[in-house]
Amino acid sequence: MKVMHKVLKKIDLAPRIKLLEIDAPKIAVKAKAGQFVIMRIDEKGERFPLTLADWDPKNGMITIVFLEVGVSTIKLGAIEAGENVRDILGPLGNPSDIKHLGSVAVVCGGVGTAAAYPIAKALKKAGNQVVSIIGAKTEELLILEDEMRSSSDELYISTDDGSKGHKGFVSEVLETLIETGYRFDLVYAIGPPLMMKATVNVTKHHSIKTIVSLNPIMVDGMGMCGACRVTVDGRTKFACLDGPEFDGNLVDFDELIKRLRAYLPEEKQAMSQLDEM
Amino acid sequence: MTDDKPTSHPKRVRKETVKMAKQKPEDRRTNFDEVALGYTEDQAISEAERCLQCPIPQCVKGCPVEIEIPEFIRLIGERKYNEAIKELKRKNSLPAICGRVCPQEEQCQKQCIMGKTGEAISIGRLERFLADWELKKPVEVPRKAPFTNKRVAVIGAGPAGLTAAAELAKLGHRVTILESLHKPGGVLVYGIPEFRLPKRIVASEVNYVKRLGVTIEKNILVGKTHTIPELLNGGFNAVFIGTGAGLPRFMRIPGENLGGIYSANEFLIRVNLMKSYKFPNFDTPIRIGKKVAVIGAGNVAMDSARSALRLGADEVSIVYRRSREEMPARVEEVENAEEEGIIMRLLTNPIRFIGDENGSVRKMECMRMQLGDPDESGRRRPIPIDGSEFIIDVDTVIIAIGRTPNPIIQKTTEGLETTKRNTVVIDESTGETSIKGVYAGGDIVTGEATVISAMGAGKRAAKAIHEYLMGKAGT
Ligand SMILES: Cc1cc2nc3c(=O)[nH]c(=O)nc-3n(C[C@H](O)[C@H](O)[C@H](O)COP(=O)(O)OP(=O)(O)OC[C@H]3O[C@@H](n4cnc5c(N)ncnc54)[C@H](O)[C@@H]3O)c2cc1C
Ligand code: FES
Repeated sequence: MKVMHKVLKKIDLAPRIKLLEIDAPKIAVKAKAGQFVIMRIDEKGERFPLTLADWDPKNGMITIVFLEVGVSTIKLGAIEAGENVRDILGPLGNPSDIKHLGSVAVVCGGVGTAAAYPIAKALKKAGNQVVSIIGAKTEELLILEDEMRSSSDELYISTDDGSKGHKGFVSEVLETLIETGYRFDLVYAIGPPLMMKATVNVTKHHSIKTIVSLNPIMVDGMGMCGACRVTVDGRTKFACLDGPEFDGNLVDFDELIKRLRAYLPEEKQAMSQLDEM
Repeated sequence: MTDDKPTSHPKRVRKETVKMAKQKPEDRRTNFDEVALGYTEDQAISEAERCLQCPIPQCVKGCPVEIEIPEFIRLIGERKYNEAIKELKRKNSLPAICGRVCPQEEQCQKQCIMGKTGEAISIGRLERFLADWELKKPVEVPRKAPFTNKRVAVIGAGPAGLTAAAELAKLGHRVTILESLHKPGGVLVYGIPEFRLPKRIVASEVNYVKRLGVTIEKNILVGKTHTIPELLNGGFNAVFIGTGAGLPRFMRIPGENLGGIYSANEFLIRVNLMKSYKFPNFDTPIRIGKKVAVIGAGNVAMDSARSALRLGADEVSIVYRRSREEMPARVEEVENAEEEGIIMRLLTNPIRFIGDENGSVRKMECMRMQLGDPDESGRRRPIPIDGSEFIIDVDTVIIAIGRTPNPIIQKTTEGLETTKRNTVVIDESTGETSIKGVYAGGDIVTGEATVISAMGAGKRAAKAIHEYLMGKAGT
């Protein structure tokens, strides 16, 4: 049976960052904060993971946000509303463990903000005081500011170049907040591995439990390949099965960063091929 | 090379089997085309004539699904191929696949009387000959029983699921297969390479199942997209679990997460399912180095090693901690691998991987082993030799030391009894699990086994499901 997934809406959020709403009713009714899908765009496409940024069970659609970095995300960015995506599998991974804890900081950077948005929303709904810190390289690249504001009690912004909010990193904003007396019962850190690592370095110092959502290379997304293996507390875990969320204090980020670079030469080769087309 | 002329004196039975033509090693090293080319009609008849037609055939006892082997061989000898394939298909619905991948030398051919004084009848090659003969004709879809109005969900489109689905459809039930990958076939599409099992053969078997009226829904991960209780409450009268053993085992030694170290499953999924041997025409990349080491010596290891060679590695070795005798792979595949130039490093076990500053594997430290007394598996236990450590250069490592059951259903299905090894517990005679109306079979129950045993389990469970559904209809 051929089930295609129609793209219902496409929004350019920022340069090279796009949002798609896609028809995927079975996934929309099951999705929970923290989960992801595996996509394959066309017959020759690779399988790659994207975290769910939103979903609408009533209308049977899911929302994804992505940065065009490689062959697959560039191909995905070229799909217009009305066109189809070949395969979507999900929802995958364990949902976030959303509880009433008190005060929670949601620290996110880049497209990680899209993955953090459902979590912030769920945390707020569960009665937590939510303080969000969103970051990007420049103001232009900031995404989902309004959405994050409406699902947080307080919102802070940081940009690497200082074009908006704090000049520097989200982890520095968090550190300042902690030092000025904010007490957090939990921190969520979602974004590029270096950003998560920097955030964990801050919270470790203050003994605050920190959850990170990892984004290693994945193929099947359901435990069959081990491409997604990460070292957590000295033991190998499969991010797709055991995660994607882990206790950030226990994650070997350096290994994760090296593993993410495994296919850089091939990625370049494929991109030059894409350019020629 | 291999084209033996058939003898014209069937009375004096030849001790040697008719050889099967293969692509030459120097040619096949560089392509993904099928290696074994199959018997010609004359060769098949000549081989069939060697069969003694034993009154109490031992070969049948060696076959997990008890094919009437002498009978179909006799029919080949009489050139009654249509009748022969019908006889074969009464017991085995996937002969084109089993003829290629069954470990015959451990099963039917091991028992063959001819093997005591000479070479056993090549039952697998004859099976393949018949199946390929049939594939050349338009597919005949068997007559189905009238619709029963019962719906069955089959989880997983591997050999177990496909067989169960086909049998249930023939009995008149409405069957939907729910498969998590984007392509049906299980290990037959994502694991076993093209050069050993062409994907067009798997596709034609899948098509046959569809022609029987079975619906295949892809990209459905049961346990996540739907759960088993949801299926039972949502209109399915019974469920069959055939989710296989696809979770790769790692060695748990230092350096195992370095770049360039793959599980065999990842490597083979990239190559077979995602067609990365056609990168960049297909989007999925594969990194293959100059020196490749494959850890393990089963079919999965041989398939990985031979794929790596075809992807352009300079040197590929199998690293195995026991000796040749204990290798679990099909004998024919070990021979093929050696002919192609795969190096066998036996009685050798890795203890550590060493990487460079980018986190890519560069070297592997190993120990030499010796064999002690037999362990639980009946094979002699490998024991490390003190002080025998040595280092070899590698830039790609493929770990093929085994796979355990896919875990998602067990984690998400309350009341489903499982073992410590995470296999699903069933009633051996029916395949029923601890949940009423839910059956299971194949690698998910046995742990890693064979295509033919998964198929047999699918068939057995289909029969029991049918009885369950029809019995229930009466009450
Ligand atoms: C590389 C390799 C080579 C092999 N060579 C041989 C050989 O030469 N001879 C031989 O006899 N045997 C061989 N085997 C073993 C043989 O392939 C297996 O024993 C057989 O395929 C098991 O069949 P199955 O139907 O139980 O499972 P599988 O073939 O594993 O199929 C299970 C299917 O279920 C799907 N699935 C898993 N979880 C879910 C879920 N939660 N929801 C939906 N779908 C799900 C999977 O995607 C898969 O398609 C080999 C195995 C491998 C990996
Ligand atoms: S992505 Fe394959 S095991 Fe996690």
